[in-house]
Amino acid sequence: MSKIFSFNSMPCKTLLQTRASVTVQETENVTDFRTKVSRNPTMERLRCNYLFPEISAREAQHLKKYPNANVISLGIGDTTEPLPDTVASSMANYAYKLATPAGYRGYGAEQGSKELRKQISETFYRDMGVKDTEVFVSDGAQCDISRLQLLFGANMSIAVQDPTFPAYVDSGVIIGQTGDVEKESGSYQKIEYMTCGPQNSFFPDLSKTARTDIIFFCNPNNPTGHAATRQQLERLVQFAQENGSIIVYDAAYAVYITEGRPRSIYEIPGARKVAIEVSSFSKIVGFTGVRLGWTVVPEELLYSNGFPVIKDFNRIVCTCFNGASRIAQAGGLASLSPEGFKAVLSLADYYKENAEILLETFSLLGLRAYGGINAPYLWVHFPGSNSWDVFNEILEKTHIITVPGSGFGPAGKEFVRVTAFGHREKILEASKRLRSLLS
Amino acid sequence: MSAIHQNLSTAISSSASTFLGYNNLKNIKSSNVSLPGRNSGVVKCVSSPSAEKTAYKTKVSRNENLAKLQAGYLFPEIARRRTAHMSKYPDAQVISLGIGDTTEPIPEVITSAMSKRSYALSTVDGYSGYGAEQGEKQLRAAIASTYYADLGIEEEDIFVSDGAKSDISRLQVLFGSNVTMAVQDPSYPAYVDSSVILGQTGQFQKEVEKYGNIEYMRCTPENGFFPDLSTVRRTDIIFFCSPNNPTGYAASREQLTKLVQFAKENGSIIVYDSAYAMYVSDDSPRSIFEIPGAKEVALEVSSFSKYAGFTGVRLGWTAIPKELVYSDGFPVAKDFNRIVCTCFNGASNIAQAGGLACVSAEGIKAMHEVVGFYKENTAIIVDTFNSLGFKVYGGKNAPYVWVHFPGQSSWDVFSEILEKTHVVTTPGSGFGPGGEGFIRVSAFGHRENVLEACRRFKQLYK
Repeated sequence: MSKIFSFNSMPCKTLLQTRASVTVQETENVTDFRTKVSRNPTMERLRCNYLFPEISAREAQHLKKYPNANVISLGIGDTTEPLPDTVASSMANYAYKLATPAGYRGYGAEQGSKELRKQISETFYRDMGVKDTEVFVSDGAQCDISRLQLLFGANMSIAVQDPTFPAYVDSGVIIGQTGDVEKESGSYQKIEYMTCGPQNSFFPDLSKTARTDIIFFCNPNNPTGHAATRQQLERLVQFAQENGSIIVYDAAYAVYITEGRPRSIYEIPGARKVAIEVSSFSKIVGFTGVRLGWTVVPEELLYSNGFPVIKDFNRIVCTCFNGASRIAQAGGLASLSPEGFKAVLSLADYYKENAEILLETFSLLGLRAYGGINAPYLWVHFPGSNSWDVFNEILEKTHIITVPGSGFGPAGKEFVRVTAFGHREKILEASKRLRSLLS
Repeated sequence: MSAIHQNLSTAISSSASTFLGYNNLKNIKSSNVSLPGRNSGVVKCVSSPSAEKTAYKTKVSRNENLAKLQAGYLFPEIARRRTAHMSKYPDAQVISLGIGDTTEPIPEVITSAMSKRSYALSTVDGYSGYGAEQGEKQLRAAIASTYYADLGIEEEDIFVSDGAKSDISRLQVLFGSNVTMAVQDPSYPAYVDSSVILGQTGQFQKEVEKYGNIEYMRCTPENGFFPDLSTVRRTDIIFFCSPNNPTGYAASREQLTKLVQFAKENGSIIVYDSAYAMYVSDDSPRSIFEIPGAKEVALEVSSFSKYAGFTGVRLGWTAIPKELVYSDGFPVAKDFNRIVCTCFNGASNIAQAGGLACVSAEGIKAMHEVVGFYKENTAIIVDTFNSLGFKVYGGKNAPYVWVHFPGQSSWDVFSEILEKTHVVTTPGSGFGPGGEGFIRVSAFGHRENVLEACRRFKQLYK
């Protein structure tokens, strides 16, 4: 099998969409006039397009080639199951009331409705000392990550897991925290990449990690699906404390944890002094299109001069943002009611059952698939192969979209990410096709 | 608050988390991990300030750009003052003509589209996950045809957002720290504040109340609220809001032609904020793209906030022509698209469903009615201050009235008005040094509140 996938393509050679770093000659000129404004050099530094639009473009191209193909998307981690009734009806009702004098509301607090902030702190941070005033409701984790980068500024050094959700690296490039990309490896200079692979049980060897100001840590991890143990997170917090670093802990998939591992960084003693936690309703209740998330900034988190990070983050939120949609917030609140949360957990179970089916499939095929237990992602190893080639082969032969591992970082080169989001029948069909292709 | 919210509040007391075993306390205790509270190390807290000195600090330096900001963002400060005043006078009927917050219900044609979309999301056929980051195709097309028909702005030039304020910061991220910018003085504070945050400016200079490296284009009664461009230095970016917040002035076709020409000569990019375009009453341009040549030098930001009462729903857009290119020929829209795909994840699909209803024939009619209502409020306020002998500006093409109090500190006037009439306004200096001596009165409010506020103004200034 490894013979099929052994080419070594240059990064981005095969991408469809025009690269962000493309030079002028490749662009059609609609006009002769040019302003005298220089293009932002950090935008020029971006190696490729953002990963997920590229995957969409590939899917579209594939559909053009095979218009009758029944394409199954196990690529972009997009939720597929309908919202729970109680959540949808709370939003419908809220919208309906906006048409009435008594129910109309204008600007909300930029930090989010007090009720929702309080409910988030009670649902996810019970007994961890997180106050409602430390919770900032947003329109999703992707936006929060960029707002955090704006907060930190260009003069920060950052560390990321390798592989990881691409937004940390890309936003870091855009804000000016990095150097240029190294063509061979695809790594950006000035970023500390913390390799996570089977060889180290998907937790970085911190003894080999240089100090950086910020450490982005996604846990459970997208794309590897690994959920760190309590001991591992304690080491991480200790590492941050010793180095005076700030951890940006992305807990978007915490609700998928099965094996009794920590869900919040604040379960670890001392974390309040070193960590910010970002999370999202996207994968909790299917709000990928509705847009709602939150960030926790503890009061104890201080810059080197003693200034509280929360004060500056609040300033960013009040200046660069105007609050999450009130309708989305109503839905968020409903999802945290007893009835709503019950539905949330069944949704998670549904996707986790999908993951089990896929894990079994890959196991039957003799392929090593990691993750899929504490997260809705499988990280499948194709040793000696190039992930874009595997992606292409799978797409061409089974009409299944996945995501090539190198899109998440250099260490993803031999892996492909398979999402467990999808209607059950599609997952079963995908399973069937994979078995026939790879056996 | 809706009945559902009240029900939820009481039902929540048992806490979803413990009820369902999520974050089960047993898990935490069984691993012999002490809770953060106990481990904070400050158990034997002393009353002296030295406890603060021993508080753990990271080694991460504060972003010096944030340190440059002088105070909180303007509008939360107004809100704070209002709250403090209400605490001081718990029985006072405080009327808010400060923050430009819409007050009238959203037309039903629009809310029913949002309700419908919400319900649809709970069905197999109606559910949708991630939308296109640039916005739903239908909405982009409808915005283009509603606001830019015959102006050469098309569906693919429209980027739907969660509002103009977010877009302004995303545009700043796009431009980066090495650009120079010009703003009107006075102007909506988000342009200056976001510029400071991005590192485009120098320090705040107290004597002149300006940030270093920003070109402030004064707009006063003396120059008819349009800057004398012959005295304005070249900058890369020019922020221009028309109809203007806070002065209410809408630039004429002739003036905007001069602006476009100025930008052309200097190779600058105009960020044109048209959030109040629907308030224009005369034949002043509503879009910068009505001016020939504008597509090569301008992009336009707008919002449903003040048209449809979407201040809490969150929906707006930015239009970037294909012709707008950087000095190396690279199209600005391509980079903005990258920003939108990386730093954003699309406006809420429910808000977008509302937006689509907004630009339907019935929706446009309904928005005009809402706008018309606020314009009537504006006329009442203008009349009141005129009758009291004040020099009054704006109020014709925007829901803001710009009242002159020559020689007075605008914060003092603000405080006096608040103290004596319990009406919240906005001090002009909050919008820049050119706003000193002015008060902005916003015309959003229930009719009876606006009438009552005007009665009180008459009382105070008779």
